Amino acid sequence: MIGSFYELFFARYNYWMAIILMLIGLYALIAKQNLVKKLIGLNIFQTAIFLFYISLGEVRGGTAPIYLPEGVDALYVNPLPHVLILTAIVVGVSVTAVGLSLIVRIHEEYGVIDEADLLQELRRR
Amino acid sequence: MTLIDHLPVFLIAIPILASLLILVAGWWDRRFCYPISLVTILSQFGAAVIILMQVMREGTVRYYLGGWAPPLGIELAIDSFNGFILATILLLSVATVIYARKSVEHEIGPEKTIAFYVLFQLLVTGLVGMTITGDIFNLYVFLEISSIAAYALIASARKPRSYLASFNYLILGSIAGGFILIGTGNLYAATGALNMLDIARLLPASFELATVHAGFLFLVIGYSIKAAFFPLHIWLPDAYAESPSAVTILISTVMSKVSVYALFRIIFTIFTTAYIVDVFPVTGFILFIATVAMIAGAVIAIAQSDLKRMLAYSSISQIGYIMFALGVANQIALEGGILHILGHAVMKGCLFMVAGLIIYRVGTSRLSDLGGIAKVMPISCAAFALAGASMIGIPPTIGFMSKYYLVLGALEAGHWVYAAILLLGSLLAVGYIWRFIEIAYFRDGHDEGSGARTLEAPASMLAPMVALALLCLLLGIFVEGLMEIVGPAASLLLGGA
Repeated sequence: MIGSFYELFFARYNYWMAIILMLIGLYALIAKQNLVKKLIGLNIFQTAIFLFYISLGEVRGGTAPIYLPEGVDALYVNPLPHVLILTAIVVGVSVTAVGLSLIVRIHEEYGVIDEADLLQELRRR
Repeated sequence: MTLIDHLPVFLIAIPILASLLILVAGWWDRRFCYPISLVTILSQFGAAVIILMQVMREGTVRYYLGGWAPPLGIELAIDSFNGFILATILLLSVATVIYARKSVEHEIGPEKTIAFYVLFQLLVTGLVGMTITGDIFNLYVFLEISSIAAYALIASARKPRSYLASFNYLILGSIAGGFILIGTGNLYAATGALNMLDIARLLPASFELATVHAGFLFLVIGYSIKAAFFPLHIWLPDAYAESPSAVTILISTVMSKVSVYALFRIIFTIFTTAYIVDVFPVTGFILFIATVAMIAGAVIAIAQSDLKRMLAYSSISQIGYIMFALGVANQIALEGGILHILGHAVMKGCLFMVAGLIIYRVGTSRLSDLGGIAKVMPISCAAFALAGASMIGIPPTIGFMSKYYLVLGALEAGHWVYAAILLLGSLLAVGYIWRFIEIAYFRDGHDEGSGARTLEAPASMLAPMVALALLCLLLGIFVEGLMEIVGPAASLLLGGA
């Protein structure tokens, strides 16, 4: 019982953490009314994916993927997911920037950043 | 290596450089923006045609970026399928950029034209990159380049509602991007490869893994959101209806098609038909949803009171037709689906151009304000009628040819109920197309007051619209020439030569 629970959860806890974070982010994206909070949810969601990728490249006991005296025989972590995620981080930052600037515009136009208030405002016009 | 061998990379490098050049030259003088943009996209289109001819002659063109062969490097791979898509999207981009010149001055304002052309170039870069890349992570990167440019372009209408439309699209688009990223990660975890052909080679060994199933679902759902495949379309009507006309044309014709292309590429090239038919049977479900999309999109389109919104819902219906081909997944249906990618791009481009012209002249696209518009805008309304006939599928237009192949394919696979629903969907298209025709030609409103004065727009806006309307007809008549490209493309997707 405990063994199988260990297998299921603790042996792969990094993936579980990524999934939990991802669901927190998705929850915020769907359930939060405030547009800024939605964007924060998006950031949590993306961070979860970054964690998933980074832990994918982990090799137990591995070192940084740099040139060591052992040469190619050294045990090192897989650098490719890390490099990929650098690109994804840049994308995440740009999306956040565009999203925040849109929120600034929406606030200028409607004076509110809450979805319920926005709907009211839209109906009033 | 001669210059011609480097053409694939120029397709991506030239527009990126041009977007910087437009920024600098635009600072100097705003009038430089349009010619630079036009020349760039025309040269890209020329390069795409040359590459497509080379592909048809010699087979798949492969280009290793920086000379690094895969699996280490990133590969650009152009075969008959994406060569065809590439030529299609660049043809539509050329038409859009010619049309955009006057439309942008009117709708976005002269002081923002520089930003518009820079973003336009980046959007085209992203879409071209998505089309020609042979690397699944690269596909994600180009997708995000095009998406971020699109968010900004939709908001550039500077109407309060366009900011909201753009924000909603940003949220949904980013969720889609995240799903695609997870799916890509799952495939990498299962195979250790990112090159599409490598993954396709290594994947059958781990077909039964839950990781692969999860990756498949994440990728398909992610790209379905991007392609606005029913019921994941909720961002689309606002994004299409609230953005400036030129942007609507580009995202409705080019961007949605590239997402559909990516879906085809992932399902057929990476997972192959063996996976979607035997291991993880999903074609029946896709076929079902596609028919629902066809009917639901058309029904909601009939209920709209705004021309642009009506066309937007019609797009959802038409994406259903393309996905129908994916659900049937045999040679003839796929030929029809690929043909419909071109056909829908051409006709929907033309219809949105008419809507843009009406906004340019009348200032509104509410259907109730457009009574008798055909008397003052005869050319535009004639173009609408022609492209609308193609949308309905009246022979000999391109819309008829693609639906003909779709129905033939469905019948060959024994899905005669679905074939009947497809024909019903075409009947519903009559409903919304005829509604505009009836209002434009048979109602009063615009003939009195305005006198005999014509309201036709400048030639630079009319020309691309008329060209696209004629293309609807010509492509249908000379469809044999197209089938020489589409046929091999379909058999390539099914795993043949």
